[in-house]
Amino acid sequence: MVIPEDRQLNIVVAVKLVPDTNADKRIDPQTRRLVRSAAETVLNPFDEYAIEAGLQLKEQLADGSSVTIVTMAPESGKEVVRKALAMGADRAVMLSDPAFAGSDVWATAYVLAAGIRRIGFDLVLTGTQSTDAITGELPGALAEYLGVPGLTYAREIHVAAGRVRVKRETDTGYQTLSAPLPALASITKSAAEPRFASLKGIMAAKKKEIAVLRLADLEIAQAVGGDGAKLEVTELTASPARAAGKTVTAADGNAGARTIVAFLKERNLL
Amino acid sequence: MIAQQRVSLFELTAEQRAIGELARDFARDEIAPHIERWDREHTFPRELYTKLNAVGLMGMLVPEAYGGVQTGYLSYALAIEEVAKVDAGTAVTLSVHSMICGAIAALGSAAQKDAWLAKVGSEDCIAGFALTEPDAGSDAAAIRGRAARDGDGYVLNGRKQWCTNGGYAGVVMAMFRTGGAGSKGISAFLVDPATPGVAVEKVTRKLGIHTSDTVDLAFADARIPAQALLGHEGAGLSAALGALTAGRIGIAAQAVGILAACLDASVKFAKERSAFGRPIGAFEGIAFKIARMATDLEAARLLVYRAAALADAGRAFAVDASKAKLFASTAARVHASEAVQIHGGYGYTTEFPVERYYRDAKITEIYEGTSEIQQLIIARSLLGRLGD
Ligand SMILES: Cc1cc2nc3c(=O)[nH]c(=O)nc-3n(C[C@H](O)[C@H](O)[C@H](O)COP(=O)(O)OP(=O)(O)OC[C@H]3O[C@@H](n4cnc5c(N)ncnc54)[C@H](O)[C@@H]3O)c2cc1C
Repeated sequence: MVIPEDRQLNIVVAVKLVPDTNADKRIDPQTRRLVRSAAETVLNPFDEYAIEAGLQLKEQLADGSSVTIVTMAPESGKEVVRKALAMGADRAVMLSDPAFAGSDVWATAYVLAAGIRRIGFDLVLTGTQSTDAITGELPGALAEYLGVPGLTYAREIHVAAGRVRVKRETDTGYQTLSAPLPALASITKSAAEPRFASLKGIMAAKKKEIAVLRLADLEIAQAVGGDGAKLEVTELTASPARAAGKTVTAADGNAGARTIVAFLKERNLL
Repeated sequence: MIAQQRVSLFELTAEQRAIGELARDFARDEIAPHIERWDREHTFPRELYTKLNAVGLMGMLVPEAYGGVQTGYLSYALAIEEVAKVDAGTAVTLSVHSMICGAIAALGSAAQKDAWLAKVGSEDCIAGFALTEPDAGSDAAAIRGRAARDGDGYVLNGRKQWCTNGGYAGVVMAMFRTGGAGSKGISAFLVDPATPGVAVEKVTRKLGIHTSDTVDLAFADARIPAQALLGHEGAGLSAALGALTAGRIGIAAQAVGILAACLDASVKFAKERSAFGRPIGAFEGIAFKIARMATDLEAARLLVYRAAALADAGRAFAVDASKAKLFASTAARVHASEAVQIHGGYGYTTEFPVERYYRDAKITEIYEGTSEIQQLIIARSLLGRLGD
């Protein structure tokens, strides 16, 4: 499929609803899953960077291209999704069905891909990870299920002439990658800071559509949700308590600094 | 989300919650990282208001036709509370600014609304309020500053004291005497502080709210056009008191925000700090302080929400606003002191924010009507003017 250069783009941003990062969290020892009701739900903070990137692309293109938010979440998360609309996204689609509950990364990517195909897309944007599960696997899996190139860890993204180009962060530097649309890119936290949802945006969001798609609305050929999960958490252990720190006592600041520098050098930390 | 913290008689709408969250996120990202330094250096962060304007929080009481987003008083109170939780100084700047927006929307002529509302509501122009003079505070009817009719305008002379936002304002609602002594001789004007003859005479240093700008404005033969008159001659004191009545919702919400910050800090510290081998929160002497603080916070909040909801419903709310301000400001002052006490010596140092809350809380009992004046208003609503 070749996207004509002058066609408006359907930018789809996949987001996750997660427990408030600041709230106390609890794990159910029986199910070994996070107790979701115990914490308040927010947009995954990483995903706000993807929303911002999508909105900026839309503003730069200024040709009627649109940003659609998609999330797999219970309908009770509607008001959280509305925040993305208040930031400026055009519409949202929630993939909500009891059958989706308990999905692992694989099933989530599979269901999201079905939803995104149903919506129609030219460019899919995601965050790099979620603050709850922190697997960082979803963007790759989603690109795979959509059958499009996955350009991960983008700190800059441009779209022109039917292609997407990103500056990709690696441990040692940057890569510039380019791929034809349709494609997927995951956006890092070093991309543009997410905007605030303005008061006008909040008012406008009241009138924007949040559509709900159920299992039956999607082309899904495999078991999803808890039944279809391929990944099982078999055991949970708390990380060991940190050992007590080392206190350096010295005659004066200079001597103290020297001791600390020597300590760090010994461990190749300097 | 904010909703759950605020279980109350008032079920907040999704939109009201979203506005509270916007204010909370904004304060967290744009104020919290700087507040220690701003407080220490008495900084008025002018550029912050450009950002607040950009997200629409400067136009909460401005009709949409003038570029604002008329959110109503309840949303407004939620936003002020969230901002005050991080910085009470920013909260009062916003509150006074919005009070003037509301006054122009309510009392302004079509021409005045055209000239000023879009400016204050969406064009990054801050508004101020100038009633108090060196010799007239609670007894506002005693002001002496004169506006003398002269041809097609007025000439202003006098001194206005402690004008909040005065040094950065693009418009000031200022009360001057146009007639004889007493309340009927006072008129309200919308004055551009850039008018020749208007000068900032003094920037006042204060116990708290260091990020709020408090200045004396001197008027020396300052000539303003006749169109600057808000309402009609002689209606100035009632215009000012009307504005202050609504303003009290903002100040009461400011006190609630300070109180909420005190509670959060106290709960955290009581869990973390140990003495005699246990967290200090395990001592009844500390735990009960926190219980009372939480109870007064909720009571103060409900009074504020109720006054705001009455205002939004177009019902009489003056006495309710006085009760809300009286209760919330007293609670903020009392519990800010308790928050310092819970923190012990740490609470007295600038290492912890509670010393700032303690300094900031006091002003809520003074401006926009002292607690004595609030009690006067409440008592008169029950007793009438006995002995007058
Ligand atoms: C930081 C700050 C910002 C301010 N911002 C503004 C502003 O933007 N615009 C503006 O116009 N003003 C402003 N003010 C002024 C403020 O509103 C007045 O200080 C306040 O109304 C009290 O007036 P006063 O200071 O003259 O005290 P006074 O009126 O002299 O009162 C002194 C004491 O007597 C008590 N008292 C007075 N009358 C009575 C009575 N009838 N019964 C019982 N007790 C009484 C008072 O409650 C108080 O305890 C500000 C003040 C401060 C400190």
